[in-house]
Amino acid sequence: MKKLNRRDFIKLGGGSIVAGTAGIGIPNIALGATKKVVVIGGGAGGAIAAKYIRKADSSIEVTLIETNKDYYTCFMSNEVIGGDRKIETIRHSYEGMKKHGINVVHSKATDVDIDGKMVKTESGDSFAYDRLVVSPGISFKWGAVEGYDEAASEIMPHAWKAGSQTSLLRKQIESMKDGGLVIIAPPANPFRCPPGPYERVCQIAHYLKHNKPKSKILVLDAKDKFSKQGLFTQGWKARYDGMIDWVPAADTGGGVTSVDPSSMTVSTDFDDYKADVVNLIPPQSAGTIAITAGLTNDSGWCPVDLGTFESKIHAGVHVIGDAAIATGMPKSGYAANSQAKVCAAAIVASLNDHEMADPSYVNTCYSLVAPDYGISVAAVYRLAEDRSSIAKVAGGLTPSDASADSLQREVQYAYSWYDNIVADMFA
Amino acid sequence: MQITTRLAALLLIGAFQSSYVMADQDAATNMLADTCVACHGTDGNSVGPAIPNLAGMSPNYLMAAMLAYKYDDDEDKLESVIESDVDFEDVEAFPRYSTIMGRIAKGYTEQEIKLLANYFSSETAVRPTQAFDSAKADQGKKLHDKYCEKCHENEGRFADDDTGVLAGQWKPFFLYTMDDFKNGDRAMPKKMRTKLEEMAETDGPEAIEQLADYYSSITD
Repeated sequence: MKKLNRRDFIKLGGGSIVAGTAGIGIPNIALGATKKVVVIGGGAGGAIAAKYIRKADSSIEVTLIETNKDYYTCFMSNEVIGGDRKIETIRHSYEGMKKHGINVVHSKATDVDIDGKMVKTESGDSFAYDRLVVSPGISFKWGAVEGYDEAASEIMPHAWKAGSQTSLLRKQIESMKDGGLVIIAPPANPFRCPPGPYERVCQIAHYLKHNKPKSKILVLDAKDKFSKQGLFTQGWKARYDGMIDWVPAADTGGGVTSVDPSSMTVSTDFDDYKADVVNLIPPQSAGTIAITAGLTNDSGWCPVDLGTFESKIHAGVHVIGDAAIATGMPKSGYAANSQAKVCAAAIVASLNDHEMADPSYVNTCYSLVAPDYGISVAAVYRLAEDRSSIAKVAGGLTPSDASADSLQREVQYAYSWYDNIVADMFA
Repeated sequence: MQITTRLAALLLIGAFQSSYVMADQDAATNMLADTCVACHGTDGNSVGPAIPNLAGMSPNYLMAAMLAYKYDDDEDKLESVIESDVDFEDVEAFPRYSTIMGRIAKGYTEQEIKLLANYFSSETAVRPTQAFDSAKADQGKKLHDKYCEKCHENEGRFADDDTGVLAGQWKPFFLYTMDDFKNGDRAMPKKMRTKLEEMAETDGPEAIEQLADYYSSITD
C-alpha cells in the first residue's frame, strides 16, 4: 500500500478534494482527504444546508445531527390547531435525506469543542468537522413571563414548536365550552414567525365561528404593531367581526407579565384575566446548543457574517435560521431555507478554495385567514455593500384591495408552497 | 408570441451586455435559482399543484413571463430592454396577472432573469402523476388536436418554439391560467384568442376542463 508523503498530498490537490483515498486505507482525519461538514438541527435551515452542500459537492461528507426521528413543521401547524388539518400531514421523516448520502444521526448535540472541531452528542459520540452548521431554531426563556415554565406550558401551551404542543392546544380548543374565552399572548420582537400568532388567531376564530360561535379571542400583545397588521385586521373584520379583541402593549403596560396556570389566570401590569384556554407564546432566544457552544451574544441570538452566515464569535461555525441575527430578514421557514442555501454555497466554496457567488436571498410567507382567504408577504434581498444588512430590493404584501379570487388563489399557493418547501427539505 | 421572438433574437445577438463579473457562472446561477425552488420545486419541478413546473420551458417563454411581471404594464421599460424598434402593438406580454410574482420579479435584474430562464429551461421536466377523468381526457385530446396542437406541438410537450409546455402541467395551475386568458388578465396571441373563442362556441364551457384532464393525463 502506497503511503502519501506531504509532497504527494499537495500534488493531489493540497487538501481540497481527493476522492477515494479513504478506500485505500489512508486515514481521513490525518490527511484531511475528505472534507467533513456537521449540521446540527434538521429543520427548515439545517435539512436544506445538508442537502444543498451534497448537491453542490458530493465529495463532502455531511452528517446531520437531529434529536427527533420525525419533524413537525411549524408552517401549517396553525391549521392543525384550527382543525382543518390533521397533525400527521405536517409530520415528515428523515428517510428521504439518506438517499442524498447524508449521514443522519438521531441524537441530541450536547456540546461543541470549538478548538478541537468536534460535536458531542448525548449518545456519547463525537463528530469531527471542517465546517459546522448550527441550525437549532429557538429556545424559550422560561420564567421571563413570571410563572411560565416548562410545566406551565403543559397547561397553557405555547405551541410554538410543532408536535405535541400543537396537538395539546388543538385538544383544549376542541373541548372548550361555547362562550369560552381564548387568550393568545404573542411576545415582543424578535421571535420566530412574526405573522404566526395572528394567523393562529384566524384559524382558532375560524373553528370557533363554526362550532362555538359565542366564544371570544383576546389577544394580549407585547407589541404595539405586528406583521401584516393591516391585512390581518381587515381579514378579522371581514370574517370574524366581533369575535377578536386585539390589545396593544400600550394599553396593558407591555402585555402579559405573569401567569398562574392553576387558576388559568394571566396578568398584565394593570389587570388579571381568567380564560378557558391560554396560548402563551413566550420570549425566545437561539436554540440551546447555540447558547452552550457560546455562539450567542447578549441579545440571546447569534451574530453572523450576513454573506456566509459564519459566526462572528467562532470561525468555522455557521449559524442559520431563527437562531441567527440575519439583520433585514424575518425569522421564517423560507428565510431559513434561503439562508441555508447561501450558507451551503459559502461552505462549498470555502472547502474548494473558490470564491462564492454573490449571495441572493428570498422570503415568501403565506398566512391563512380562512379556507378561502390567504395573504402573503414576499421579498427579494441582497447583501448590503458593507455587509451590515440583508437589504430588501423588492417585494411587498398582498394588496388590501385584492379580489376574492386572488385571496382564494393565495390559499392554494400556500398549500403548494408547503408541498414544495417540504420536498426541498426532505425528498 | 411576438415578444418571445424578439427576445430570441436578442439572445442571439447578445444584446444583454453584461457588467456582471462571473468567476463561476454556474455558481451564480445556482445561487439565484435556489431562491426560487422552495416555491417552484427543487430543480423547477413543482410538487404543489397550484404552482407551475418551470423545468423544460423555453428560455424565451420564461424570460417573457418574468419581464412582464417585472415591468407590470410599463411597455417603455420593456422597450428599453429589447432596444429595438418593435411595434409594441404586437407585443403580447401585457397584461400578465399575478398574486405574488409581480412582487418578486422586480427583485431581479434582466441579466439575472436571463440566467434563471436558461437554468430552468435546461432542467428536465418531471411530469407528475395526477388524478384525471379518462372520459374527459379523451374528449380533451380531440380538442387539443383540433385547436391547440398546431402551436403546442407534440401533445403540448414541445417547448423550443417558445409556447407554454402543457403536457403534464399541473391541472389547478392550468385552470387558473385559462381563467386569466378568458378574463383578459393575461394577454395571448390573436391566433390563440380566435381558437379559444371558436372552441367555446362549438364545444361549450366544459372544453377547458376536458383539456385540463387531457394534459394532466400525460406523464411521459
